[in-house]
Amino acid sequence: MSEEEDGVKKEQRKAWREGAVRDRNVILHGGRGMVLDQIWLDAGNFLVDFNYANASSVSPPVLRLAKKDSFESVVMDHLRMNGAYWGLTTLDLLGKLDAVDKEDVISWVMQCQHESGGFAGNIGHDPHILYTLSAVQVLALFEKLDMLDIDKVSNYISGLQNEDGSFSGDVWGEVDTRFSYIAVCCLSILHRLDKIDVDKAVNYIVSCKNLDGGFGCTPGGESHAGQIFCCVGALAITGALHHVDKDLLGWWLCERQVKSGGLNGRPEKLPDVCYSWWVLSSLIMIDRVHWISKEKLVKFILDCQDLENGGISDRPDDAVDVFHTYFGVAGLSLLEYPGLKAIDPAYALPIDVVNRIFFGK
Amino acid sequence: MHGRPRKPSKPEDAAASAAKAQKLRVLQSQFLHNHQNKIFTKEAVELSAKLLEINPESYTAWNYRKLAVEHYLTLSNSNPESHNSIFDEELRVAESALRQNFKSYGAWHHRKWVFSKGHSSINHELRLLDKFQKADSRNFHAWNHRRFVAALMNISEEDELKYTEDMICNNFSNYSAWHNRSVLLSNLLKKKANGFLLKVKVLPEYEFVHQALFTDPDDQSGWFYHRWLLDQTVKVDSPLLASSWPAHGSDVMLLGDSCPSSPFTNFHSDSGTFPLILYFNQAVEGVNSSTVLVNYELNTIKDLIWKPLSANKSQTAQVWVTQLNFNGVEPKAYSVEVSLGHSQGIISSSGFHYNHPSRFAFRVCVQLVEKGPAKGLGGDVILWRDENFHIYDAHSVESSSVISPDQLSIQNDHETTAFEWRTEAIAKEIDHFRELLSLINCKIGKLTLARLLMAHDTMTCQSPNKTFHLEEVLELYNDLMKLDPSHVQYYKDEHSLVLLQQVTSSKESLLRHCFHYRNLTSSHIGNPICVRLNNLLLSRVGSFDKLLWVQMLDLSHNELQSIEGLEAMQLLSCLNLSNNVLSSFTALEPLRSLKSLKVLNISHNEIGTHSIDTTRHLCSSPLSHSAGSEWNTGEIVNTDIDVKSYWEAYFILKDLNLTQLDIVGNAISGEKFKSLLIKVLPALKWLDGEQLH
Repeated sequence: MSEEEDGVKKEQRKAWREGAVRDRNVILHGGRGMVLDQIWLDAGNFLVDFNYANASSVSPPVLRLAKKDSFESVVMDHLRMNGAYWGLTTLDLLGKLDAVDKEDVISWVMQCQHESGGFAGNIGHDPHILYTLSAVQVLALFEKLDMLDIDKVSNYISGLQNEDGSFSGDVWGEVDTRFSYIAVCCLSILHRLDKIDVDKAVNYIVSCKNLDGGFGCTPGGESHAGQIFCCVGALAITGALHHVDKDLLGWWLCERQVKSGGLNGRPEKLPDVCYSWWVLSSLIMIDRVHWISKEKLVKFILDCQDLENGGISDRPDDAVDVFHTYFGVAGLSLLEYPGLKAIDPAYALPIDVVNRIFFGK
Repeated sequence: MHGRPRKPSKPEDAAASAAKAQKLRVLQSQFLHNHQNKIFTKEAVELSAKLLEINPESYTAWNYRKLAVEHYLTLSNSNPESHNSIFDEELRVAESALRQNFKSYGAWHHRKWVFSKGHSSINHELRLLDKFQKADSRNFHAWNHRRFVAALMNISEEDELKYTEDMICNNFSNYSAWHNRSVLLSNLLKKKANGFLLKVKVLPEYEFVHQALFTDPDDQSGWFYHRWLLDQTVKVDSPLLASSWPAHGSDVMLLGDSCPSSPFTNFHSDSGTFPLILYFNQAVEGVNSSTVLVNYELNTIKDLIWKPLSANKSQTAQVWVTQLNFNGVEPKAYSVEVSLGHSQGIISSSGFHYNHPSRFAFRVCVQLVEKGPAKGLGGDVILWRDENFHIYDAHSVESSSVISPDQLSIQNDHETTAFEWRTEAIAKEIDHFRELLSLINCKIGKLTLARLLMAHDTMTCQSPNKTFHLEEVLELYNDLMKLDPSHVQYYKDEHSLVLLQQVTSSKESLLRHCFHYRNLTSSHIGNPICVRLNNLLLSRVGSFDKLLWVQMLDLSHNELQSIEGLEAMQLLSCLNLSNNVLSSFTALEPLRSLKSLKVLNISHNEIGTHSIDTTRHLCSSPLSHSAGSEWNTGEIVNTDIDVKSYWEAYFILKDLNLTQLDIVGNAISGEKFKSLLIKVLPALKWLDGEQLH
C-alpha cells in the first residue's frame, strides 16, 4: 500500500467512524430534543384514557381498541384480547403498567377461557389460538401465569398440531405459520414445548421458506414481513435459526426500508408503522438490523404520532389506533430509544418479563 | 385501521358512526345469543350472514355458520342437490364478505372449508379469482387460494406458469407473480418435467427479467427473481469439500520442536492430539466415521467422533471437526489419508448427496516427549503492541517454503466441465449489466454486477485462465455506500468479505498480513505466525476456509459487531478483538467451540452498552431450548453468581480455558463483574494486564 493510498484509507476510516458515532447520538438523543419526553407520555395517556373512558358495567374494563361507541370499536369487539395485549405491553414498555387495574384485567381474561383450555377474543366468542397467546402474554406481564391451569392450556395448543407438523388456529382447521409461531411461543412461555413434535413443527415452517429467503402462510405462499416474523420467531424459540439464510433474508428485509425511512411489508408496498415491529424484530433475530438506517426509521415512527392527542398511526397524518401505537412503541424499543424498556424480539414481551420466565427464581 | 385520515370527526360523522355502531352491536349480541343456544333457524342463520356482510372479521360468526351447515347436512340426509344448495349459499355469503374486505382470513378459509366438505362446483372459483386478482394483483390471499384451486382442479404447473407470465406482462411490477413464478419454475426444474432443464431455461428467464429490470431499475419486483436466477446458475447441487486442516501435503509435528517445513502448514501440539477439520461449501449432515475414512499405517481409525460446528444443537453444519489422538504411538512420521464420498451419507440441507469421491493426505511427525518448561505462548502475557510484531520477510528462506493459499483448497476437477454453460450465462449477464450501467447510474445495476463478478470469479477459480475482479467489486461497493446511504452497513459487510477474499487470494497478499510475535523468552519455534487483519475497516469476517491454519489472529481496530463463522478456526489460541463494536457476550458464541483459545482481548468494545442484544436468539440458551444439559441451573444456583444479570457472560465464558483476558473499556466492567470472571475462569492468570494471584 503506498503512502498516499494509506492516507486516503485513513481519511475514509475516520469519516466512517464519525458517521457511526453521529448515528448513535441521534438515536440516543432523539435528534428532536425536548418534545419527545412529552410524546411517549402522550402514548401512555392515550391508552389509559381509552381504558377508563370505557370502564362501565357493560364493557369489560380493558383497553379499548378505538374511540368509545365508535363503529370501529364494535367491529373490533371480537379481538379485544389482542387489544389488551397490545395496549398493556405498550404501557409496560412505557413504565406505566400500574395505570390499569390488574385485578379487573385478569378477571376479564379468565372469563374468556373455554372448557377446552383455549381463550376467546372476548366474552361469548369462540376460543382460538390467536387469543390464547395474547391471554398468556397478558398474564405473563402481570406475573400471574400461576392463575392458569398450565396443562389445560398447553393441551389445547398441542391438540391443534396436525400430522404434517403445522398448526390449526382452532377446531375448524385453518392452517397458517402464524399459528405455528403462536403455539411455539405460548408453549415455551409455559415451559411445555415438550408437548408437541418440535421437529415436525420446524420442518413445516421450513417447507414455507421461499426462494427470496422469506416465509409465507403455507407452502408456496408469498413472503410477507409479518409472516417472516412468525417463522423466524418460531425458529428462534426452537433453536432452529440455522434454517434461515440470514444474508439472503437480511437483504430482502433491509430493502423494506423506503425513502421516507419507514418500512413496508413486501416489495413495492407503502410503508407502515406496524412493519417497524415485524421487519425490525426479524432483522434483530438474525443479527442483520444494522443493514437499515435506524435514525431514519426513528424519525418515521415519530412522524406518525398524533402530537395533539397521543398515539401512533400507520402513516403520518392517519388516524391513530392501539395496534399501531403498540407497534410504534415496540419498534422504538427495538431501536433502543431512550426511556423505553427493552422488548424481546422473539417473545414480543419486555425483556425483564422474559428473563423472569427463563432465568428467574 | 389502515389509511384512514386523522381528521377531527365532525359531530354529524360521530353521530352517524354511533348509529351504525349501535346497529352492529344489536346484531352482534343477537348473534352471540343464537350461537350460545345453538339456534339454527332460518332467521338466525340469515342474521349471521347480515353480521358477516358488515363485519367479515367476526370469526365466531363463521364458526357458527359451519355448525349450521353441519346441522342442515345431517337433516337433509344424503340428497346431493340440497347439499349443493347449502354449499352455494355459503359461497355466496363468503363472496359478499370478500367484496366488503378481500383480505378477510375468515371468508377465504370459509370457501376452502366448503370445498373440503366435498362441494364440486369449483369452476366458478377461477372466474372469481380473476376478478379479485385484477382488482388487487398483490392480494396474497387470492394467490394462496389460487394455488389451492389449481391443485384441486389438476391445473398443470405449466399452465400456471403461463398465467404468471401474463400477469407480469400486464404489469411487471407484480412481485406476487414473480414469486409464484419462482415457486412453479423450481418445482418444474426439480421434476425435470417436459424439458424443464436449468441449462435450457435459464437464458430465456434472464431475458424475461431484464425487461422488468431495465424498464424501471428502481422497481424491486424483478430484483429478487434475478438474484434467485443467479443463485440457480452458480449453485452446484451436491456438496463439496472446500478445504481442510491439515491441508493436503502438509506436516503436523507432535511433541517436538524441530521444524523443517512451513509454519503455514505446520502445527505443534504438546498434548499428542490435534483437530482434523473439514470445511464444506455448504452445510451438510451425516459426517461420521463411516462416511469419512481416516487411515494411517493401512489401518482405519475407528470410532472417531465428528462434531458439527454450529451454534445450536443442529446436526447440520458447514464445518466439522474431530480430534486425532497420537498419544503413546512409536515416535516416527506417519502418513494419514482422509477419504470421503466413497459411500452415500453426507447430505446437504437441500437433500443432495456428497457424491464425488475425494481424498487428501498429510504427514504426522511424532517425536519424543521432552519434558521441560512450557513453551510457546502458555506462560507469558501477550502484549498486542505494534512494536511486538515483525512482518514476515517475503524474501526469506522461510517464506519461500510457504505454500500458496490455492494449495490449501481442495481441487475439484470434475466440476470444471459442468461449469461451462454456467460461466457463459454469467459472462452474458455481466455484459448486460455493464451496458445498463453505461446508460444509468443505478443501485441494483451496481449491486448485481458486483454479485455477478464474484460468481464469475468463484466459478473460474480452478480453471487455468482464471481472472479476478476483486478490485472492481470493491470499487462497486464503495460507490454503493455513497449511492444508497440507508443501507451503507450492508455494503460495508459485503466490502469486508470481498476484502478478505482479496487478502487470502494469493501468497503475496497474505504474506503482507503475516507477522512474528516478538517474544524473546520463548523459542522461535513455539511462536506461530500472527495474522494481523487489524485496521482494515472490517465490519464482518469471512474466508475462514483459507485461514484454518491460523493460531494467532489480530482483528483489532475494525468495526466488527459479529464474529459469525470464527468457530471454524479451531487452532486459534490467541485472539485480539479489541476496539471493535461487539455489543454483547452472546456475540462471542463462536468462541465457545474454540477449545485451544487461551488469550482473548475484547477490550474497548460495546459490551453492556446496548439494551437490545442482536445475538440473544442466535446463541444457544434456555430461551431457544437449545442449551440442553450444558445449561445446568443447579450448577449456577450453587454458586453465588447473579444469573439474571450475567447469564450471557457466564454461559459464553464457562466453557473457555482462558489464561489471559482483556475486557477493559466495556460498559460491563466493574468490581462485581471482575469477581465473576475470576470465578468462571479458574485458569486465568492475567486480567486486563494485571497478574492474578
